[in-house]
Amino acid sequence: MTVDLVVPPGAGWIGEVPAGQRLRITDLYGNQAVDTLLYDAHDYANRYSAVDTIREQGSLYLTTGSRLLSVDGDVLATIVEDTCGRHDTVGGACAKESNVVRYGMSTRHQHACRTTFLRQIALWGDGLTKRDLTHNINFFMNVPLTPAGGLTFEDGVSAPGKYVELRAERDILLLISNCPQINNPCNGYDPTPISLTDFAP
Amino acid sequence: MALPETVQDVPGAASWSLVVPRGRAIRLEALGDNACVSTLLYAAADPLERLNIPDTLKAQMSACIRPPLVLMSDLGRALCSVTGSSLDWHDAITGHSLDRHVTGRFGPSDYATNGRTLGLDRRDLHATVNWFVKVAPDGAGSLAWQEHSTAGDWVTVRAEQDVLVVLATAPHPLDPTPDWAPAGVRVTVGPAEAPGPDDPSRTFRAESARALEAVAR
Repeated sequence: MTVDLVVPPGAGWIGEVPAGQRLRITDLYGNQAVDTLLYDAHDYANRYSAVDTIREQGSLYLTTGSRLLSVDGDVLATIVEDTCGRHDTVGGACAKESNVVRYGMSTRHQHACRTTFLRQIALWGDGLTKRDLTHNINFFMNVPLTPAGGLTFEDGVSAPGKYVELRAERDILLLISNCPQINNPCNGYDPTPISLTDFAP
Repeated sequence: MALPETVQDVPGAASWSLVVPRGRAIRLEALGDNACVSTLLYAAADPLERLNIPDTLKAQMSACIRPPLVLMSDLGRALCSVTGSSLDWHDAITGHSLDRHVTGRFGPSDYATNGRTLGLDRRDLHATVNWFVKVAPDGAGSLAWQEHSTAGDWVTVRAEQDVLVVLATAPHPLDPTPDWAPAGVRVTVGPAEAPGPDDPSRTFRAESARALEAVAR
């Protein structure tokens, strides 16, 4: 085991997961959104694509068996276990700017996921910049879209100890922000820690 | 003096780009049935600021693009307002066609190269608006492409800042039509009525108004 750590809300993690390795993300206290991006470790432009993942599998939500596809149509990772049952990839990440749009100027200086993403890729280096941030996965988050065209942020379907496990299908770079959002139910208005644990193939 | 109206017909399976100044109106009219006009938007002043579909949808609580939504950038600023349409649903969650969708079924095309002529590359691609397309979920989240639009359907948007518009008219990847008949689109750019305080996009939601205010500052 090379990764076994707890990530507090507002913090993040970036690291390589070799092909075949499994990585478990555990929602330790329940109702915690985990904003996640994946990249081909050898070609960062071949990155996770939410819209290709949704379209090619004909499904809005991610769960066991979902293949997480890249912009080139490659399978970056597969969800091999999921005790939560539903994960979002439509809602994107919170940012200070979108917080202002959604909740007003008083939230301008609250911490947000894009800040964590930018900090993590700056620490990682290797040429990654804001251009490399794209529409992400929100593990444990529940954003139903309706047949009539509506969208809502619902209370999470997750609970303490629920987990999702990814298997890397090629060498990937994984970027995680444990969401600090306090203005909507995605974290139950109380962001909490998650854990990351990997397992050798 | 106001700029004159310009009209450009873009054939099916082609691509085009244009810079539209703040305050101008863009009208897209489908020239065939089941058109798909996949569209990317950037701030012309700095294309690092670009359309953000997740932010646009979640701020306005919508699963699709329709009037009077404001199309928002990743910096929380309005790029365009959707001012009218003959359709109440334009897809934004299933992305654009890739070469492999088209080439495998119909042979090679060059619709995907327009961004490159502008110095953009695949890191600058993001979720598109697919005008005239409906891919709707059922209650469980399964998605289905629907027969949705016919020749003559239209949509109008107003540029809220100077925007770079990149569009492609390749068929939607989920369009099951076996024959190669991609629809073209007529792109008309002309003067727009200045939005007043009671503009439907401004009064739609507080979030829409804040994104518009962010470009007025």
